[in-house]
Amino acid sequence: MPAVLEIEGLRKTYKSRRRGTRNALDGFDMRVEAGQVHGFLGPNGSGKTTTLRTLLGLIRPDGGRMSILGHQVPEALPVVAGQVGAIVESPQFFPHFTARDTLSLLASAGDVPANRVDEVLELVGLRDRAGERVKTYSLGMKQRLAVASALLKNPKLLILDEPANGLDPGGIREMRTLTRNLAESGMTVVLSSHILGEIQLICDSVTIISLGRRVAFGPVDEVLAQHSSGAVRVRLEAVSDLPAAADALTRSGIRVTGQDDHLMLAGVDKPAAVTRILAEQGLYVSELSPVTVDLESVFLELTATAPVPGQHRQVDQSLKVGGPEQSGATGGGWGA
Amino acid sequence: MSLYRTELRRLTKRRFTRYMTLLGLLVLVAVVLGTFFTNQKLDADAVAGAERQADRQYQEQVRWSEQERAACEAAKAAGTPNDGRYPDDCSMITAPPREAIEASWFLPSTFNFRETFPETLIPFAAILALVGFVIGASFVGAEWSSGGMMNLLLWRPKRLTVLLTKLAALLTGMLAVTLPAAVAWFAGFWLVATFRGTTEKVTSGVWQSVTLTGLRAVVLVLVVTTVGFALASLGRHTAMALGGVVAVAVVGQFGLGILLEMANVRFPQVWLLPTYVLAWMQKKVTLQDWESCNATVFGECKPETFDITWQQSSVLLVVGVAAVLGAALWAMRRRDIS
Ligand SMILES: Nc1ncnc2c1ncn2[C@@H]1O[C@H](COP(=O)(O)OP(=O)(O)OP(=O)(O)O)[C@@H](O)[C@H]1O
Ligand SMILES: [Mg+2]
Repeated sequence: MPAVLEIEGLRKTYKSRRRGTRNALDGFDMRVEAGQVHGFLGPNGSGKTTTLRTLLGLIRPDGGRMSILGHQVPEALPVVAGQVGAIVESPQFFPHFTARDTLSLLASAGDVPANRVDEVLELVGLRDRAGERVKTYSLGMKQRLAVASALLKNPKLLILDEPANGLDPGGIREMRTLTRNLAESGMTVVLSSHILGEIQLICDSVTIISLGRRVAFGPVDEVLAQHSSGAVRVRLEAVSDLPAAADALTRSGIRVTGQDDHLMLAGVDKPAAVTRILAEQGLYVSELSPVTVDLESVFLELTATAPVPGQHRQVDQSLKVGGPEQSGATGGGWGA
Repeated sequence: MSLYRTELRRLTKRRFTRYMTLLGLLVLVAVVLGTFFTNQKLDADAVAGAERQADRQYQEQVRWSEQERAACEAAKAAGTPNDGRYPDDCSMITAPPREAIEASWFLPSTFNFRETFPETLIPFAAILALVGFVIGASFVGAEWSSGGMMNLLLWRPKRLTVLLTKLAALLTGMLAVTLPAAVAWFAGFWLVATFRGTTEKVTSGVWQSVTLTGLRAVVLVLVVTTVGFALASLGRHTAMALGGVVAVAVVGQFGLGILLEMANVRFPQVWLLPTYVLAWMQKKVTLQDWESCNATVFGECKPETFDITWQQSSVLLVVGVAAVLGAALWAMRRRDIS
């Protein structure tokens, strides 16, 4: 599948005379394929917003290559801008205009037909309040307006930086369906969020960033599987075959723990290998399931940001790929 | 083109623009009306009245000086010590001659188009320039501080085009207000002169001259508007432009003025901006140094003078606009937007 969004070795350094330099992005890579809903995850201050801003030409990068829809950006931004809809971190609007005016001004600046304004207002549920000034809107209503402004262009690539911020439960669920529908209609969606349950539900693939570097990426289930540390549960048609199976698997270098009616395996790279080994022994698998971990625990493990009792983790205290803090457990070569 | 139209629409949609424009126009109307009601036409009646008033004043003076002389003589006769209240020679107390009291002092003020109208173009330019400055500053300043600029750049990534298009829309708007206002200003004062003064001796040469002055007023309004816009864009906040101007006015001008005064510089006004604005409007400002003396053939003492012409002012305006706008564009190109 062609990449809609490609980032390679992106760097952004903030220099301050007093506090020295900060590498907000430190050789970050990312790739999003067409038609996907892609989750962009990372702890606070890891560089998500910086990445998206850089991508959209709002920030000047210090190095690296980026392309959107096959065009090098920021050079070709004028060409692709019409196909990229974006909201960047709780966008603000001129407070004294109504939502309709705000959108209508954007639409006419971007040569979008005027009737599209009412379409998107309907889509985000602001139809009946569109004539009110943005100043009077609640947080969630402003967020909905922001989503509307991103959808206005009917873009090929939709970038949403924390779109769920401030949305009510119904709004979040609507956002989820909306995202899915948009993806089905062929739109590629990049979604940054801290609500990992949400990401797990709607995203096809994810990129996880920590301290300006990618720590994991790939389809959601793969990332999950990889980081369930290869734990797999196996059941056989006949419980009596379990010891034989345990034997065969142990010989192949897999750590096996026997249970009453199933086996727990650890260190499995590819679950398919288990099936093959057992089939060679004439043993037939009735269930083979990677032990599910949720995205949240994988995220906490990957970024090393799980709360430790009695400690207050500070921002920027997270996993640095290739850095000295790298721990053995998460050094599985994800990312880079 | 669509961006230009959009920005024009944005400009006119803003309530601040509307109210400020309205306020400026109301002040202009007030000036015209005020002039209308404080002036009168000079007919025979008015002249005769003034003549009568001058007479009355003369009589009063005569009466008063006679009283004083009498008091002086009485004091002398009584031998009271002269405490300096009266001169030694009481006959020195006399009324001024009748010719010294001119009837013209008692004439009501009248509006002479040829003489007075050109001066009125200075407050005209000043008021509209002020309006232009705050509208220009708030137009782009609010856009920066509210995040609207960032939103727009997601749609139109060419930053310089965006900023310059905004400026073009702003100047179009200002021109659309200033030109009709100027025409109305001319018409208004023509009416004032017709009904409350005189339109005598307004030759085509005079017309040409005031039209040119009017055009320079319009140019001044546009220049100040541009500066307000550029300053606010540079500071990304409306208040930055206003603060910048206050800083320049207080520190740069008053402070500089005092400093120059203390340093005994010959023509301190040469270093002050208002001189150049005045020179731009009046074509020439002549500064005088009263401490030097150039004797003339008639033996009088003439102060040394220094001329500042509108050409010099125009150089300053061009350089000023280029510097501020250039800085704003440069910052727009380079800065990170968040
Ligand atoms: N203008 C700036 N000047 C200096 N440092 C900055 C600036 N903007 C961002 N940073 C730093 O860059 C790093 C990345 O910030 P960024 O906003 O991209 O984080 P994020 O991943 O979006 O976090 P969050 O989840 O909280 O939104 C942070 O350490 C931040 O302090
Ligand atoms: Mg962010």
